[in-house]
Amino acid sequence: MLKLNNISKTFNKESINEQKLFNNFSLNIEDGDFISIIGSNGAGKSTLLNLISGSIEVDEGSIVLNGMDITNEGEYERCRRISRIFQDPSMGTNPSMTIYENLSMAKNKGKRFGLSFLIDKEDEEYFKESLKVLGLNLEDKLNTPISQLSGGQRQSLALIMAVMGNPEVLLLDEHTAALDPKTSEIIMDITSRIVEERNITTIMVTHNIEHAIKYGNRLIMLHMGRKTVDIEGDTKSSLTKEELLSLFKNVSDKSLFV
Amino acid sequence: MQEFLLGVVQQSLIFSIAVMGIYISYEILKFADLSADGSFTLGASVSAILIIKGVNPFIALIFSMLAGAIAGAITGILNVKLKIQDILSSILVMVGLYSINLRIMGRANLPLFAEYNIFSKGNILFTIIILASISVVFFTLFYKTKLGYLLKGIGDNENMIISLGINTGAIKIFAISLSNAFIALSGGILAQYQGFSDINMGTGIMIMGLASIIIGFNLFRKLNLANSSILCILGTLIYRTSIALSLKIGFNPSDLKLISSIIVIIALSLGSGKGMFKKKKILMEEKDKSISKLKKVGSENA
Repeated sequence: MLKLNNISKTFNKESINEQKLFNNFSLNIEDGDFISIIGSNGAGKSTLLNLISGSIEVDEGSIVLNGMDITNEGEYERCRRISRIFQDPSMGTNPSMTIYENLSMAKNKGKRFGLSFLIDKEDEEYFKESLKVLGLNLEDKLNTPISQLSGGQRQSLALIMAVMGNPEVLLLDEHTAALDPKTSEIIMDITSRIVEERNITTIMVTHNIEHAIKYGNRLIMLHMGRKTVDIEGDTKSSLTKEELLSLFKNVSDKSLFV
Repeated sequence: MQEFLLGVVQQSLIFSIAVMGIYISYEILKFADLSADGSFTLGASVSAILIIKGVNPFIALIFSMLAGAIAGAITGILNVKLKIQDILSSILVMVGLYSINLRIMGRANLPLFAEYNIFSKGNILFTIIILASISVVFFTLFYKTKLGYLLKGIGDNENMIISLGINTGAIKIFAISLSNAFIALSGGILAQYQGFSDINMGTGIMIMGLASIIIGFNLFRKLNLANSSILCILGTLIYRTSIALSLKIGFNPSDLKLISSIIVIIALSLGSGKGMFKKKKILMEEKDKSISKLKKVGSENA
């Protein structure tokens, strides 16, 4: 269970551009939740993920993951329990290494990276099994360097690698936004299958309203660092695109007069 | 002539150990580490002073490596912890090392001719080959380890390594440390080989390393020698040979710096595929291709 308690975050403090994004923001995420977060540009979606993953620090408040306060942990320390997939498909993998090498690195996550050899021939079956889930025939390309893969293939691989270490939380930062519509659907489908299968607590930021409605059990709309919509369960599953768009419009219209 | 060749091969093999070290920072980490010039001399001066004090020359080399590792670690710490830009932190260390090296040696030049060193017994070339081989085997094995892959990964996509829960800062410090340890080892060996240590002997090592790496990788990449250390050796051999030849055909030793700069420029321009001549050639080829394509389409249409 992930808890954000009274988070505050101000950018460009004490300057003319000072921007208070989050003020006393709290969020309670239950185990196994799959949350979609939508909101206009600058609403704080990516900042929220950055705060959780530790790539930026909170000014005030605390972040508690499964009973452990991780507020003061560095990004790399949090990464042991939190996996993240970025919008840019090249962020999640090592381009000059092969699929096999990348998977071997991911498999060793959380263990020591010492002087023992990385490549273990016995992993081959396991890797092939893991890649078969994707249905992209990557299992036949184990020795292909990542640089020769397409964005969609890289993103799928990044997904497999991200869940390999059994993370407690999976952060998806518009992870299908850089892909073409068809690939984007495939990756979303794979994502939801993997997340469901493994029951990983997931937070997904997306600009795709349809994805936000179709996937996940809870939907949060952010606007200027505040939750303007937070629905789950049956309300969420009966939500239509029109309803959500009107909610969206409502919020953005109002903001013109704030 | 034979003596000339032998000398070139011996020196190349000694320098190639430094090149393997420079390879870590330049090619793997993409870290602009200019402190190589300082740590090379550091290795030489540590070896020289210890040998004069009567320490076993092999043990002196180990201390050279340790000193180099410390210098590298300082560069790394300046960059990682104090967030000083990579090139600047290495320049700061290089400048500081100049004074330290003078302090270690006590003066600008320390002769070792009379001392017992690693080349006193046995065949000189054989000893050098053994030392270079040890370095090659070490790096070949090291790059296959998990730690070795972390190094490669940090240069490739640091973000991905962070996502593995790795403190990439610490790994970087270690890597620059390792790099400078081998640069210093090379300096220590060279001091024993030429029989003296000199405050200026490290000047230009960085450029030599870059040139050798670029030459080695551009010329021999197609040989499919997956071993980077052997490519380093081949590159150094070619670089040192061309330098030695330019001396032989009558250039002044004072011209050497300019010559090495020109060699690096040529190697770089060839390597990027945008070299003056290559570009023209590629353009011509493309032109030919498109013309023949047009002709083909034309003939099909006809």
